[in-house]
Amino acid sequence: MDFFITIIEQGLIYGILALGVYITYKILDFPDLTTDGSFPLGAAVTAALITRGVNPYLTLPIAFAAGALAGVCTGLIHVKGRVRDLLSGIIMMTALWTINLRIAGTSNVPLFSKETIFKNDFLAGLFPDAMGSYSTLIVIVILALLTKVVLDFYMKSKSGFLLRAVGDNEKLVTALAKDQGNVKILGLAIANGLVALSGCIFCQEERVFEISMGTGAVVIGLASVIIGTSLFRNLTFMKATTSVVIGSVLYKACTAVAMKNFEPQDMKLITAVLFLIVLLISMERKKKVKINA
Amino acid sequence: MLELKNIYKYYNPGTVNEMCLFKDFNLTVKDGEFLSVVGSNGSGKTSMLNIICGSISIESGNIILDGKDITNAKEFRRNEKIGRVYQNPALGTCPSMTILENMSLADNKGKKFGLGRGVNKQRIEYYRELLRPLNLGLEDKMHVKVGSLSGGQRQAMALLMSTMTPIEFLILDEHTAALDPKTAEIIMELTDKIVKEKKLTTIMVTHNLRYAVEYGNRLLMMHQGESVIDCAGEEKAAMNIDDILEKFNEISIECGN
Repeated sequence: MDFFITIIEQGLIYGILALGVYITYKILDFPDLTTDGSFPLGAAVTAALITRGVNPYLTLPIAFAAGALAGVCTGLIHVKGRVRDLLSGIIMMTALWTINLRIAGTSNVPLFSKETIFKNDFLAGLFPDAMGSYSTLIVIVILALLTKVVLDFYMKSKSGFLLRAVGDNEKLVTALAKDQGNVKILGLAIANGLVALSGCIFCQEERVFEISMGTGAVVIGLASVIIGTSLFRNLTFMKATTSVVIGSVLYKACTAVAMKNFEPQDMKLITAVLFLIVLLISMERKKKVKINA
Repeated sequence: MLELKNIYKYYNPGTVNEMCLFKDFNLTVKDGEFLSVVGSNGSGKTSMLNIICGSISIESGNIILDGKDITNAKEFRRNEKIGRVYQNPALGTCPSMTILENMSLADNKGKKFGLGRGVNKQRIEYYRELLRPLNLGLEDKMHVKVGSLSGGQRQAMALLMSTMTPIEFLILDEHTAALDPKTAEIIMELTDKIVKEKKLTTIMVTHNLRYAVEYGNRLLMMHQGESVIDCAGEEKAAMNIDDILEKFNEISIECGN
């Protein structure tokens, strides 16, 4: 039972990351590697704040803002500096490694004895002891659901329409007398804000910040997006954001099952191999409708 | 009124492939004019449109729109007053969004794209009214993604979308070239109707000489960055396809083809 709960917990946390990747990869059509840096950025900011005694709930918006700032930087490098999309992300990802170390102080910050969004007096009072083991799950479900609903609302707003248009047809955005570069920067800001938010929640759930925790984050995000969107392609009533979050839980389940038979150091290899499998399976089905996937 | 004054445009400047397209090019388009532009490939028709819209830069010269110098204005700023339809029907719409969402986007041009609802439910009926005269059945497919429509349907939408909000200038860049003859005819009639209804100043580039003769009140023929025919009013009305073809042949012989 604990095994399943952990899968759902981590799947939902990475689901928030996947929502960010969904914005860059599916909507903006921008292969954004900043993700690998902004995920630990959210965690680093959180670790630094919590060790200084800041209210853990405040870390959520602050981490989002920090991630958004990283996204804006990637956007500025790409739009104003005219650097290729992939390179802009790599530049920011590399720069963020040092920035994350500076923010956190060291490469490893344990938060075991600190108050987090999962372990504090307020929650302890709210849930009776019998439900204590589920309190983490409940908090994560609420956070993931809230993020998804807010994002859904945004996507239906005028600003969200413009964001969807810019990945589809830049010329149309220009025709609407809007600067397409600014819209892209906005999209990258939101995406990386979500990724950092996910990093913030992850580090509080694991009760530790680790500088290398972002390695492979973009792969996890992409795999979740691709599993979610290709698996539920035919279910038109289901929103893409829902599919992406479910995709993330499924992907986490796959890795968790695979990990049962392997050593912890095999983790990244399994992540990569599973991603490859997901890609190959989804391509087979895509061929019929769309070649330039 | 739109004025192009002393425009100089070079391609690949400073290299062995340097090519001068416009050398002291001048053009004035008065308010309410419907200008048809014809000419062979590479004569500078599309370059002229790109210069007006700001998609490409010029070496020197001035572009003046309604008395305001817009030579250095960014492309997206100029589009506040300009609507443009491209040859490629895919460039005027968003394929992954529905017809309704596309229409809503276009309807919001010139306003703020904030956090308000993207689709205004009260406008849906208005969009349907706009789509109905096309006779393409689009008004019943409001929730269908534009990506699944045909080129002709998309181009009709692109035309509607670019003229939905108050603009002063309409730029048509071979907008019927990618369509079959029958659809092209429908789009051309629709264009004429919209231009007359909204009294838009229009520049239409076309390879279809019949459209150039039939529609519009001024005709411009371009060759190597210069206008070789420029007639308006009765002179234009008296023009027929043979006159234009004759001039075309004349030019081709000069070029040695």
